[in-house]
Amino acid sequence: MNWSRKDLLGVRELSKEEILLLLDTADSFRDISRRDIKKVPTLRGKTVIMLFYEPSTRTRVSFEIAAKRLSADTISISTSTSSAVKGETLKDTGRNLESMRPDAIVIRHNMAGAPYIISRILNSSVVNAGDGAHEHPTQALLDLFTMREKKETLDGLKIAIIGDIAHSRVARSNIFALRKFDTEVTCCGPPTMLPPYLEELGVKVAYRLEEAVADKDVIMMLRIQKERGGTSFIPSIKEYSSLYCLKEAHLEKARSDVIIMHPGPINRGVEISDQVADGPYSVILDQVENGVAVRMAVLYLLSGGET
Amino acid sequence: MERVLLDEKAMERIITRITHEILEKSQGSKDLSLIGIRTRGIFLARRIREKIREIEGRDMPLGILDITMYRDDIAKQKAALAVKKTDIPFDVNNKIIVLVDDVLYTGRTTRAAIDAIMDLGRPNKIQLAVLVDRGSRELPIQPDYTGVLYGAATEEEVSVRLREMDGKDEVLLSKSP
Repeated sequence: MNWSRKDLLGVRELSKEEILLLLDTADSFRDISRRDIKKVPTLRGKTVIMLFYEPSTRTRVSFEIAAKRLSADTISISTSTSSAVKGETLKDTGRNLESMRPDAIVIRHNMAGAPYIISRILNSSVVNAGDGAHEHPTQALLDLFTMREKKETLDGLKIAIIGDIAHSRVARSNIFALRKFDTEVTCCGPPTMLPPYLEELGVKVAYRLEEAVADKDVIMMLRIQKERGGTSFIPSIKEYSSLYCLKEAHLEKARSDVIIMHPGPINRGVEISDQVADGPYSVILDQVENGVAVRMAVLYLLSGGET
Repeated sequence: MERVLLDEKAMERIITRITHEILEKSQGSKDLSLIGIRTRGIFLARRIREKIREIEGRDMPLGILDITMYRDDIAKQKAALAVKKTDIPFDVNNKIIVLVDDVLYTGRTTRAAIDAIMDLGRPNKIQLAVLVDRGSRELPIQPDYTGVLYGAATEEEVSVRLREMDGKDEVLLSKSP
């Protein structure tokens, strides 16, 4: 199958075949990062702009490394240093950047739909690197890549996603992606952090951590989205962690080969204990490594088509 | 219109000859490694390895190379080309590498393959073995081992079929209308 999209705005609209093409392509690109010479000439002469309206370490560095290992030129802009502080609108920023002829713009924004808005007015490819509580497609893709790598296939997996589901774009993108495969997804968290639409998405709901992790192949922990008001939905961080912090004892109920995932940044002692985060079941750093390969695949596939 | 350039027997004889030439030129299989270029080069490389095992009693390192990331026309494609896995499970440094491909035409695939290998290290030598050299080079590249040399016209198509993936060993010539 061929990739025909100009933009990657979310996983919701992707077909299962498109997701598999992305994962297979990422698999081919992953070895490059493990070589002495970590560069291929594939995107020579292309320019990728990272436009970040929200703080980010992992995602921005990951996209930047991915682009550079494909030989593209990269420029990174964060809000504190951009004209947004002078009152320029998103559309104007987009149009101005496009005048400098980039091939792709990777955008993170606190408003859901911001990548969609600029994708409609720009010819450059637009990649959503996280928009509000809406979607974070490359995170879901790297999570699926990691699950498939560790478990060989996605079909048949039982996955628990635990934490601040309502404010998490990572949870949403993962649910959209995983539900395209034959998987069982259970979301768990305080009732105030579980959105009302979960059942429509074909997701099971659990309120107790012990119940959620039982018999799972994958446990994905999420942090509380403080920047999206997450803390106002719980009485206190302390109470939250007493009920929803994943500890070693919980893992006994899961499958013996369970993997523990977290999109980062982790808040040690809040949603995940040190022993679990650094323990043998944790694949948190594998996720970060795979993120580069997945973003290389995304930038490569979007670069196709007339130029 | 189709005609057979090589049949099963001719192909078998050619692969046997090329294997002997490779061994003769490098005086045995020491330091020698094979890299097959996707897709049919892989099967040809495997057959050469098989024959070297019969002659020398040892297995040579064998790698698989996908050259897509190194193509010079990648920006001109309508849709992104599928990138398959490259799997070269040995250190290329100081090796004599024999690149194996089915058809040599413009030389652009070979150029891409050489660049891809150079990014993995510094081999002592890179040699090229092809089943069919159809001429019309666009780059200064020549094979070290040639199965058959056939100066094909531009409108002629040379298609290599191998039993591993096409069910039959043969090389066909056809004219595109």
